[in-house]
Amino acid sequence: MSKVTEERAAEYWRRNKLLMWKLMTVWFVVSFGFGILLVEPLNAIRIGGYKLGFWFAQQGSIFTFIGIVFYYVRAMHKLDQEFGVEEDD
Amino acid sequence: MDLAYITYLVVGFTFAVYIGIAIWARAESTKDFYVAGGGVHPIANGMATGADWMSAASFISMAGLIGMSYNGYGGSVFLMGWTGGYVILAMLLAPYLRKYGKFTVPEFIGDRFYSDTARVVAVICLILCSVTYVIGQMKGIGVAFSRFLETDYETGLYTGMVIVFFYAVLGGMKGITYTQIAQYMVLILAYTVPAIFISLQLTGNPFPQLGLGSTLVGTDTYLLDKLDQVLVETGFAEYTTSVRLSTLNMFAFTASLMVGTAGLPHVIIRFFTVPKVKDARSSAGWALVFIAILYTTAPAVAAMARLNIMQTIEPENGSYLIIEERPEWFKTWEKTGLLRIEDKDGDGRVRYVADAQSNELVKLDNDILVLANPEIAQLPNWVIALVAAGGLAAALSTAAGLLLAISSAISHDLLKSTFMPNISERAELNASRGAMAVAVFGAGYLGLNPPGFAAGTVALAFGLAASSIFPALMMGIFSKRINREGAIAGMLGGLGMTLFYVFQHKGIMFVAEWRYLENLGENWFFGIEPNAFGCIGALLNFAIAMAVSRITAPPPARIQDLVEDIRVPMGSGVAHQH
Repeated sequence: MSKVTEERAAEYWRRNKLLMWKLMTVWFVVSFGFGILLVEPLNAIRIGGYKLGFWFAQQGSIFTFIGIVFYYVRAMHKLDQEFGVEEDD
Repeated sequence: MDLAYITYLVVGFTFAVYIGIAIWARAESTKDFYVAGGGVHPIANGMATGADWMSAASFISMAGLIGMSYNGYGGSVFLMGWTGGYVILAMLLAPYLRKYGKFTVPEFIGDRFYSDTARVVAVICLILCSVTYVIGQMKGIGVAFSRFLETDYETGLYTGMVIVFFYAVLGGMKGITYTQIAQYMVLILAYTVPAIFISLQLTGNPFPQLGLGSTLVGTDTYLLDKLDQVLVETGFAEYTTSVRLSTLNMFAFTASLMVGTAGLPHVIIRFFTVPKVKDARSSAGWALVFIAILYTTAPAVAAMARLNIMQTIEPENGSYLIIEERPEWFKTWEKTGLLRIEDKDGDGRVRYVADAQSNELVKLDNDILVLANPEIAQLPNWVIALVAAGGLAAALSTAAGLLLAISSAISHDLLKSTFMPNISERAELNASRGAMAVAVFGAGYLGLNPPGFAAGTVALAFGLAASSIFPALMMGIFSKRINREGAIAGMLGGLGMTLFYVFQHKGIMFVAEWRYLENLGENWFFGIEPNAFGCIGALLNFAIAMAVSRITAPPPARIQDLVEDIRVPMGSGVAHQH
């Protein structure tokens, strides 16, 4: 098992945090943003019987959360490979 | 076939499966007992996490909370809060704690903050939030038995205890993991089948998630519009827009539930059972998928069952249900005390309106929405039996996960790591079985003699996890500067502040006479209700830990190396050797 240099490890961590911040922003926007803070203006828009804000609060945010986690899984896997820090089998 | 007979058959069958699994999945080592050997497939672990997470409250009470108490939109706090926590868990905690590769949550806190005191404080926080949580599950088991199988509460509780005892003591995490997978299948089937039927009946769409946004069968009216209209006509607030207290309060409540979810030890330890760091990440995603199946169905059940009830009572505008002609399910649930009619004006009809003076449906328990759902929709008896088995599966699986978190904190963190470091593996395995047995009986005792404060405690568990455990874990991973003094002060400060705020408004130990401020909006900090206070406690924890760490010595170099090491996936196989 080769040891990663300190700079490489720091860069890996920086990229990891950047990805995390981006995804946490999406997480915040769909739940606290669309589901709570902006719910009133969004409710003016309708998709079928759903008011959009209500839909985000009770359905859309949850679906987005799933998307966020699986995107994170894939992006981190790529990052691990790029920096050669995957686990040994 | 007779309903009671089918129910016994279905519940008996599921119990036989759980016991069969227990015999097959015995624990041979402490690694088996604490982390199921560490070789659980990420999808299997996701499913087990789903059952671990979804408690009697999620299964039986949540739809009712959303549909009735929180009147629709307000209930979104539970939906977003109890799923959004998994995003935090997946990105901020699970992979790193898995990389560290030990057995318990206090173990990480004790090692990272190089202090037995920190470990013991973490054990106290863990036990406080897990014990409060487990009381609710034990009650759920007793209630489910007494309602469906018509046994008394005590008999139901004893039966549940024997089943949990069997597979938790024999198999530890290994037995619990595989029974949880079976329990997940039972509970999700039991939840979705009636929901699909109801959605079909009302909207013609088999997917409740789509049915909720569809038109009612044979009309051009959308279900949600109809519900809004019916509720407004009877004096309630509009279903799709009624906010819980205030926007700020909804924000704080959602944040507290999210952070609390990510900080609950019995959920975190599930991610120690997968082989690799990347499995811990994907397992969190799978857990969320399995949870979302129930959590996106619940709001549909809430709205549809509420509409069904409103329309049963007021079939046509202004013409109320004649009491003599009320449906059978009405009478069944009146016997349990969950439903009560009082014909105040003596006209022989039931009026159900928001105004308490003239409302005649004087008792309509939240739990009715899920429990009576199959009967209201006139579904066959086997569906009702399935709901009984599902409710029990939800309560048993969560109880077992909590009991494991408690017993491993006692046998591993207190005994092995703090007081008897030279204990042999065999002796520790026996001790963990002993601790599990004690935990099962302790929880059973509390279930039989619920302390007066039991009702308010599940919400408190989230507040405590959010304000004590989550910040310590997160700072332990993301900061190299947070030291022993900071972490301990932060945990105690967050925990203390949250307890203080809750007790201030709800009474010390929830005894109402012992509160020192009225539980009223005007006395609340920025109008935040006590249940929603966990996130403020968490902020305080972060602030104290950072301030104290700044003015005390930084952690030693080996701890800084440890933090560097857990941030990189490579080498987790090595870390797992004890």
